Amino acid sequence: MLITISALRKIYHMGEVEVRALDGVDLEVDAGEYLAIMGPSGSGKSTLMNLIGCLDTPTSGDYILNRQRVSDLDDAELAEIRNHEIGFVFQTFNLLSRATALANVELPLIYARTSVKERRQRAQEALEKVGLGDRGKHQPNELSGGQRQRVAVARALVNNPSILLADEPTGNLDSRTSAEIMDLFDELNKGGNTLVVVTHEEDIAARAQRIVRLLDGKIVVDEKVGNSGEPS
Amino acid sequence: MIWDNLLIALQAIRANKMRSLLTMLGIIIGVAAVIAVVSIVQGLNFVIATQFEGVGVTYIMVFPRQDLQDPDLAGREVTLTYEDGLAIMERATGLAYFNPIFFRGEVTKAGSRRYATMLLGVGPYHQEVANHWVDRGRFFSDLDLQRAARVCLVGQEVIDELELEEPVLGTDLIVGSSAFTIIGVMEYQGEMLGQNQDDFVLIPITTARDIYGVEAFKQLRLDFQAESPETVDQARDQMTEILRERHRLPEGMKNDFQILLQEELLETTGAILGTITSVVAGIVSIALLVGGIGIMNIMLVSVTERTREIGVRKAVGARKSDILVQFLIEAVTISLFGGFIGVLAGWGLGILGAKAIPGFPPAHVPLWAVALGFGFAALVGIFFGTYPAAKASALDPIEALRYE
Repeated sequence: MLITISALRKIYHMGEVEVRALDGVDLEVDAGEYLAIMGPSGSGKSTLMNLIGCLDTPTSGDYILNRQRVSDLDDAELAEIRNHEIGFVFQTFNLLSRATALANVELPLIYARTSVKERRQRAQEALEKVGLGDRGKHQPNELSGGQRQRVAVARALVNNPSILLADEPTGNLDSRTSAEIMDLFDELNKGGNTLVVVTHEEDIAARAQRIVRLLDGKIVVDEKVGNSGEPS
Repeated sequence: MIWDNLLIALQAIRANKMRSLLTMLGIIIGVAAVIAVVSIVQGLNFVIATQFEGVGVTYIMVFPRQDLQDPDLAGREVTLTYEDGLAIMERATGLAYFNPIFFRGEVTKAGSRRYATMLLGVGPYHQEVANHWVDRGRFFSDLDLQRAARVCLVGQEVIDELELEEPVLGTDLIVGSSAFTIIGVMEYQGEMLGQNQDDFVLIPITTARDIYGVEAFKQLRLDFQAESPETVDQARDQMTEILRERHRLPEGMKNDFQILLQEELLETTGAILGTITSVVAGIVSIALLVGGIGIMNIMLVSVTERTREIGVRKAVGARKSDILVQFLIEAVTISLFGGFIGVLAGWGLGILGAKAIPGFPPAHVPLWAVALGFGFAALVGIFFGTYPAAKASALDPIEALRYE
């Protein structure tokens, strides 16, 4: 099992009020799965994604990622897990505007202390994988929205993470470009990558093999969908 | 890693050229002031040191101490005579040469021209003690001194001002109300600190006593050369003892003379220059403080502007320390850049300043001043960059990513 989450809780205190963003979530994700997390705003899907992405630690409960208990790691250890195990794709791409596409893709490898030569080579390979092998020298503002998101995907992939975590990856793209990105995700999943996509769009979620629906901090639906020939 | 951070810093500086330059301004001004002042002071120091090296470390100068405020001296006649000097030479050990000097401002005349200069009555060893030698002609002979002959030696400035024609040697010169024959010309010395060193007439000390009388001879300056640097201190102690005895100074009373060693002269000028330097250093530290605050301010702005970037970096695996180092290096890069421009600007200012003041020695920038300028700039960068960098590194990645 790649991800094992049990009885995960995240409680925020806003003055006197206690907000249970996540209220006892159990979830298992296998390596190679393609999972969509859905839910209305305020349902806790962002909180769950932040926890899965090791950007945050839970109030209580267990989170085991790739045989490591990450629910009680400190800041520096979490940074390392994010670096090695997680690849993020954001709605707003979040590329560094002053850096070239290649330099953006290299970013995780810098923090992995990879040598300059290997960095260049792996970043170039990742760019080729998303079909932007010839755009390495371009800065983000010289690329289209779809291309920028591809660069972001390449950045997420470059350090061979266990999971690719996408938060509304098509939220800022038109429908044609969205389809392109989702095709890329399908391709990556077929190639063996584990994908977790947070979205509120049904047609995006429909691309996944499994949909988890959240409401008020709890999982209300966890269903397999008939996709890629998998039994439902 | 360091290299990557340096590239990031350079990119950030390049992206905001004007802002970066304005930020650096405080540092530039501070460092430029340090370098300019140090270069001028060092130039002065250098010239003074080489000038003093001329007379050497074995040079000892004794002169009467006159201080109207001192109750020990008030009401006493302060004297320092030729006989004091002779007694020192006879009784003190470790001294090689002695030269009594009588000073007096005097008017010289040749033909229709008049010129006011310094008249010096000197002994037979003037050349050895002052390390200043005859260029043309000859120095005073023992006979000249014995007979109090009316002969003189002149510096080049006197020849120029009186427009003396060749051959200068053998020409008659009126000094005060007496006539002298020029028997020699002293070697050219040039200027020191804007003062002409060749503006004098030398006559035998015995001649001076003849003309100006014994009363005028009670306060001489006595110059000595010790045999070696090792004997200087001992000679000074013996001189003090001999002079106190001859002047009948009771125990507990202060000396009515002052002994200056070459070493002490150097120390004194060094101390004066040191004071100038430290006053300027005080002013400069204020400039650097202001510069540092400027850097802190801009770094805080930069951290806020780049909150999202920090979030992204953290999301892809940057640790707190990575972010801290990144922003620290950026602050230090800005301040070192400012330091670099400051060193160049200060150097230029020093050279221009030294050229602008007539008779001033050329500026001299020692390596330690450059290192000091850079060191200060780096320290300012680290000191004032730490807070913004710490603030950046402490950002919560989730909130940083959400920052609009």
